[in-house]
Amino acid sequence: MHGTKTLEEADRLMTVCNSCRYCEGLCAVFPAMEMRRAFSDGDLNYFANLCHACGACYTDCQFSPPHEYNVNVPKTLAIARAESWAAYTWPRAFSGLFARNGLAISLIAALSVAAFIFGFAAVTDRQVLLGIHTGPGAFYALMPHNTIAALFGAALLYAIVALAMGVRAFWRDIGEPVDMLTDPGSLWQAIKDAGSLRYLDGGGVGCVNADERPGDWRRIYHHLTFYGFGLCFAATSVATLYHYLFAREAPYAWWDLPVVLGTLGGIGLLIGPAGLLAEKFKRDPALVDQNSTGMDVAFIAMLFLTALTGMALLLLRDTAAMGPLLALHLGVVFALFITMPYGKFLHGLYRFVALVRYARERAQMAAGAPTE
Amino acid sequence: MVDLSRKYDVLVIGGGNAALCAAISARRAGASVLVLEGAPKFYRGGNTRHTRNMRCAHDAATEILTGPYTEQEFFEDLLRVTGGQTDEELARHMIAESKDILGWIVEQGVRWQPSLGGTLSLGRTNSFFLGGGRAMLNALYLTAEQLGVSIMYDAEVIDLEIDNGMFLSAALKQGDDEVSVRASALVAAAGGFEANIEWLKQYWGDAADNFLIRGTPYNRGSILKMLLAKGVQEVGDPTQCHAVAIDARAPKFDGGIITRHDSVVFGIVVNNHAQRFYDEGEDIWPKRYAIWGRLVAAQPDQIAYIIFDATSRNSFMPTLFPPIEAGSIAELAGKFNLDAAVLEKTVAEFNAAVRPGTFDHTILDDCRTEGLTPPKTHWARKIETPPYYAYPVRPGITFTYLGTRVNREARMLMQNGKPSANMFAAGEIMAGNVLGKGYAAGIGMTIGSVFGRIAGREAAQNARN
Repeated sequence: MHGTKTLEEADRLMTVCNSCRYCEGLCAVFPAMEMRRAFSDGDLNYFANLCHACGACYTDCQFSPPHEYNVNVPKTLAIARAESWAAYTWPRAFSGLFARNGLAISLIAALSVAAFIFGFAAVTDRQVLLGIHTGPGAFYALMPHNTIAALFGAALLYAIVALAMGVRAFWRDIGEPVDMLTDPGSLWQAIKDAGSLRYLDGGGVGCVNADERPGDWRRIYHHLTFYGFGLCFAATSVATLYHYLFAREAPYAWWDLPVVLGTLGGIGLLIGPAGLLAEKFKRDPALVDQNSTGMDVAFIAMLFLTALTGMALLLLRDTAAMGPLLALHLGVVFALFITMPYGKFLHGLYRFVALVRYARERAQMAAGAPTE
Repeated sequence: MVDLSRKYDVLVIGGGNAALCAAISARRAGASVLVLEGAPKFYRGGNTRHTRNMRCAHDAATEILTGPYTEQEFFEDLLRVTGGQTDEELARHMIAESKDILGWIVEQGVRWQPSLGGTLSLGRTNSFFLGGGRAMLNALYLTAEQLGVSIMYDAEVIDLEIDNGMFLSAALKQGDDEVSVRASALVAAAGGFEANIEWLKQYWGDAADNFLIRGTPYNRGSILKMLLAKGVQEVGDPTQCHAVAIDARAPKFDGGIITRHDSVVFGIVVNNHAQRFYDEGEDIWPKRYAIWGRLVAAQPDQIAYIIFDATSRNSFMPTLFPPIEAGSIAELAGKFNLDAAVLEKTVAEFNAAVRPGTFDHTILDDCRTEGLTPPKTHWARKIETPPYYAYPVRPGITFTYLGTRVNREARMLMQNGKPSANMFAAGEIMAGNVLGKGYAAGIGMTIGSVFGRIAGREAAQNARN
């Protein structure tokens, strides 16, 4: 017996799938399933987070609805995935909050913070409302650098603590020993698998989205989003080093490393999320966990808005729009940080942990060690 | 929208592997092609939906096949399973053509993978479809659509106009109306008649009521019946079919692969008189699984029970339906209304006859019975470790062998022995040409792809002339 109805259904499906196994070449979920004959709650949550939602097993399944066996693995695992995140949430009081109201909460948070920063600055210096600020340190007319750094450092730290607590809970649920994440071979394998989205290709032809025709667009958009995000993060990190190590203050010239990285990343982070959002709305409703749509859309929208406000700031930083735009950009980034532990961002973290475990299990299988 | 007013070069009736291979091959040969699939879109593809592999000859190991499988070895396997009841010329032709199919089918978008987990002993001979039979179908349909093949679903053909061995038109049911579809050549690839219980009862009597149909409920044999009634020569014994023992709890139709049981070799099988009736360890399972459907069909009430103990519980693939469990043999008998005393005696006699040996289910081991009728010649281990388990099984019919006789061109032969002017057949509807009885894993798909490809090519050629 399982803790939830969703896990009961996931167990029923995995029992069907384990006696069929036609899908074992499509992704990591089915080989992981084949290592077991019975499934604990933790096993099912592990499968749920290992699933990349490529949809191929639904389209390829002779037992998917309207067949009486009613086998819909992508949707069931999507629901289980969202429920597992809620169960691992720290603090527990916030669990499930974002699934329902993700977009609204994110936007309200972003606008509140933007208004606060803008208001704070306006009270301190009315020139911010109309003034044109250029040259090194221009941004800090709005708010001193150290205040920004403290504010965002605290937000990021909070996010990291909350995320770490969630991973810890996931870890305990799937029953893995603590040294799992320190196995270098498994870690490296998981980094390669996650970095290439190896399991979002339907076994080679691309994932399935709107209908039974496979394609690679979701993977391409996800790469743009992920690596775009990575470049933006790198831009911020380089700028931080500039600031503290070389005392070089933002804004930087268009050719300088933080701006180049940020611009490239920003372009990826505009196209990627827009594409993912379009693909999401095209997706066959049979594959979708409707309850998570709000949370999914919120994260994609916040990434897009981060890029949009950042790019607007870059283009208009020499005009009077700089002040309001900077406040808005900082608000969006702040909201993105604090909502990370409660939304779709989690998929990357838990999937990575699941991939590490899968790599470890595969290595153990190859070495002939028992897995049950 | 499909234009039904025009005359197509090639009309394909059916929508499975054979039909799609025929449609694609005809289209690639330049013909205009219409496919009429009787099932709705989800159920398209007949029994191909439930398949997972194909048996093709090959002279060397490949990325997915562990070693060579020569034409001669393939033919010998076929001779063995059919007891020699095959058309040697056609069979050898099919086996020779099967070599090329390994690559041809990939060109049509189908992807291979190594032998599936839990399917012992097929890694050298059989190529598995990545994602299974429905994935294969999806790829074939996509290719056919991209090539410009017209496809209709829910397209039930209710009559064929055939004049002296020449196909003229098909009557297609469209709501309450009938539409006449004309074509220069016909490929019939509409499967066997296994889902037509009334037809099965003509040969099997009421026993057929206890048969379960493993695959599509749409193979009712209507096209086969029309062709045979209009002068096409029949081939095959109407009681012969690919039948395996499947879980008695499976749905009447379309239960698919997951209702099968691979546990026979690990235990004993008794009928509802609690008596054994056949050597459970005669040969390795992939060579024997296909005889158990007929064996169970011959038992009273067409039911049997696979009985094993805790020692074997995890020795075979997990099953959809869990085994029924009991602490003693008598308790187990009670759960199936078997005579407990008789079952205890059967098990005791079996246990007493088991000779010591070294158990190895991957080879023909030396664990056997002595002085028992019927014997268990391999993998015989005492059933003595509780809990005890049983799976109830019934005959699961995959497809029937009664069909239309064809020649090397997949062209139907008429009752007067002459080849039809423009009618071809491929797949289960003509499997009886090659399979007189028995079955070897994956051969149904070989028949479908090889003769489908030939039928399409020949039909296109025929339409041009």
